[in-house]
Amino acid sequence: MKSLTWTAMVMCAVVVLLPGVASVTEDSADLVIEMYLNETEIPETLEHCGDHERMTEFKVARLQWHEVDIPLIIALWIIFATIVRLAFSFSSLEKYIPESCILICTGFVIGGIVLILSAVTSSKSGHPNDTVHSTRYAGVLQLESELFFLFLLPPIMLEAGYFMPVRAFTNNLATILLFAVIGTLFNAVTVGLSLFAVSEFGWLGSDGNETIRVSFLECFTFSSLISAVDPVAVLAVFEEIHVNQVLYILVFGESLLNDAVTVVLYRMFETFNEIGQDNLQTKDIIFGILSFFVVSLGGVFVGALFGFLTAVITRFAHHVRVIEPVFVFVMSYLAYLTAELLSLSSIMSIVTCAMVMKPYVERNISQKSHTTIKYSMKMLSSLSETIIFIFLGVSTLTETDNHQWNTSFVFFTLIFTFVYRFLGVIWQCFLANRYRLLKIKSKEKFIMAYGGIRGAIAFSLVALLCETIVLSKKIFFTTTIVIVMFTMFVQGMTIKPLVNKLHVKKEEKHKPSMNEEIFARVNDHILAGMELILGHEGRNSVREQWRHFDNKFLKKLLIRDYKAVSDPKILDVYQKLTEKDATDYIKEHGTFHLSASVSNFLRTEIGGSGMLHNSSSASLSGI
Amino acid sequence: MGSKTSLLLQEEEIIQISKETGFTPNQISRLYSRFISLDKSEAGKLCPTDLMRIPELAINPLGSRIVEAFFANCSRESDTINFRQFVKTLAIFRPQRKNEVDNDVNSRASKLKFAFSIYDLENNGTVSGEDLLVILKMMVGCNITEEQLKAIALRTMNEADQNGTGMLSFDDFEQALTRVEAEQTMSIRFLD
Repeated sequence: MKSLTWTAMVMCAVVVLLPGVASVTEDSADLVIEMYLNETEIPETLEHCGDHERMTEFKVARLQWHEVDIPLIIALWIIFATIVRLAFSFSSLEKYIPESCILICTGFVIGGIVLILSAVTSSKSGHPNDTVHSTRYAGVLQLESELFFLFLLPPIMLEAGYFMPVRAFTNNLATILLFAVIGTLFNAVTVGLSLFAVSEFGWLGSDGNETIRVSFLECFTFSSLISAVDPVAVLAVFEEIHVNQVLYILVFGESLLNDAVTVVLYRMFETFNEIGQDNLQTKDIIFGILSFFVVSLGGVFVGALFGFLTAVITRFAHHVRVIEPVFVFVMSYLAYLTAELLSLSSIMSIVTCAMVMKPYVERNISQKSHTTIKYSMKMLSSLSETIIFIFLGVSTLTETDNHQWNTSFVFFTLIFTFVYRFLGVIWQCFLANRYRLLKIKSKEKFIMAYGGIRGAIAFSLVALLCETIVLSKKIFFTTTIVIVMFTMFVQGMTIKPLVNKLHVKKEEKHKPSMNEEIFARVNDHILAGMELILGHEGRNSVREQWRHFDNKFLKKLLIRDYKAVSDPKILDVYQKLTEKDATDYIKEHGTFHLSASVSNFLRTEIGGSGMLHNSSSASLSGI
Repeated sequence: MGSKTSLLLQEEEIIQISKETGFTPNQISRLYSRFISLDKSEAGKLCPTDLMRIPELAINPLGSRIVEAFFANCSRESDTINFRQFVKTLAIFRPQRKNEVDNDVNSRASKLKFAFSIYDLENNGTVSGEDLLVILKMMVGCNITEEQLKAIALRTMNEADQNGTGMLSFDDFEQALTRVEAEQTMSIRFLD
């Protein structure tokens, strides 16, 4: 009996959640109202005044569903997703399966309930409204592309950019670019060509008496969206396994920077499809190549612009401390939207914006604002992540009218994406190792190839395809889901045991000692100096020159009461160490007796820290 | 310049330097042309002012220290170095090859030794608190109080000084940096 009530409650909750999600994504208000009318049967005797019911008598209590429906449903949906995540954090499942997979499974369950529910309701009564309902229910819970790209993706990318290990990123930039640009292109071309070959050989089976064929351009449209590694999925999986920083930044950096390639390829082939294969001119292809540079560099430019702008604004925000976080969030969102508006790479834009603004903003805002920013960012991104993965699971099951299963196409795509990813990684690593100081070892190559997880971006892009132009959309849709699920579940779940089994070097976290910190700084200067003596400008001397320029011009411009301390990091580390000493002392001695030595200690340490107010707020960021 | 280089540098000399430093002959002739272009007096040797003429070195807060250490490392008597000494010091920063026998030139110890000589102002094999303070002042800048820097120097000293002498020996220094992967962090990629 008890379990029955529970199921009923869950079902009710699901039913409540469904229409709301649809209405969020539907931008026309009419649809929402229409839906409302369909759902609650309003007695016809009631007169209407606008949207409101006219009351014939005063009621003690009443339901005003339509006044709160959308926000209420969104709130319920968020709470539901978060509780699911919370529930799993208590279970022992978490040790073996990545959270993203668990969340997708939850999505499957919800999707399953929806399917059963809609089947039951439509079979029970022949009411015409019910068929509308059932298709609605079935079509409702999708990972709508607009919702994904405008609301769910930006928080994750903002967090990724803001907490990016900049040093590791710039040190490996050349390799990352190789993987992101050449690697993604390589995958897209090889997968596209191979799939086209498969289709030409007639291996895709037949539909009635006609063999199924996928045109050349369609193959490439599909391969362009399936070959890119997904940053959201990579983040979700790699954050849990703690591989060494170089390996992490290589896979993660690739997934961030390949956005430009994906955007360009996807848009290019989609347009080519519209133009038609016969009307294509060389001009179009050259423009396609040119647009890659516009899209990527434009995204970086817009991001940097907004980043610096945010720094300037926060410089003057100290009178109203509470609005400081607003600038950081809204300006970076603006960077994202502006890039989207100009059809540039929005991911690159928001990531650049966050990376650029961080060092300046941190010194302008109060420590409390900084904590607020840090936690809000983490919260928003983890929330988005949760919702994305649950959505992904739900949409897989509920988008019934979009599916078309083609065994050989699915099979070949799976093989090709997997094999070409490995081949690509191997030859790119070979190339990169010729120029790298720190070589990529073969174990790490394997993990890099294996970590090529596809996710929600591919899913959303395939859903965006127009069926009248890309005729094989349904096949593509199903195949994309299979690839996403395969990479998420099989690769995502086995990567952690593999990393352990292969003894891939893990990340060691320790706070630097004073000696290590000073040595690191001295070493930077030594290497830069040696490069100059050698007469070849490498990354060390470029970094040195940038630091000089930054200290001399940018910081003066962008930081409020800037003190020309050219190496604040040393002070930060000192500050942290002494703070730790003080807390250790208190812990050890229980109470705080102000003996002569301690009060002396406090006077020098804390009196000194006043000087360091600016840097102490920045020290938080290092976490 | 290439022809001039090969004229001045004997084949056997290249082989010998290559053996000593582990550079390829190609790298050595590249370094030689660099040496020639730095050598303004065309005397076949370099003096500190030759290096200080490199314009970007001026923005390096440790620029002068690096040049001093560069020369202190090569010759204890005179203040000029010839090509061989020049290459030998640069070889400290050569990345270690796979399976390379741990030779003296670019081992972890010799890399750290060079860094230590940056700290060691009087070139007497130990680093005092004063030395640390000077280095810190150079790097951090002067907009911070002397007391602050002194406190930092003191802490650094106490952390590393194992036998409480108030001085850092090279052993102390190496001990304090056991977690640092100097083989990698103190290497520069040399172009072939």
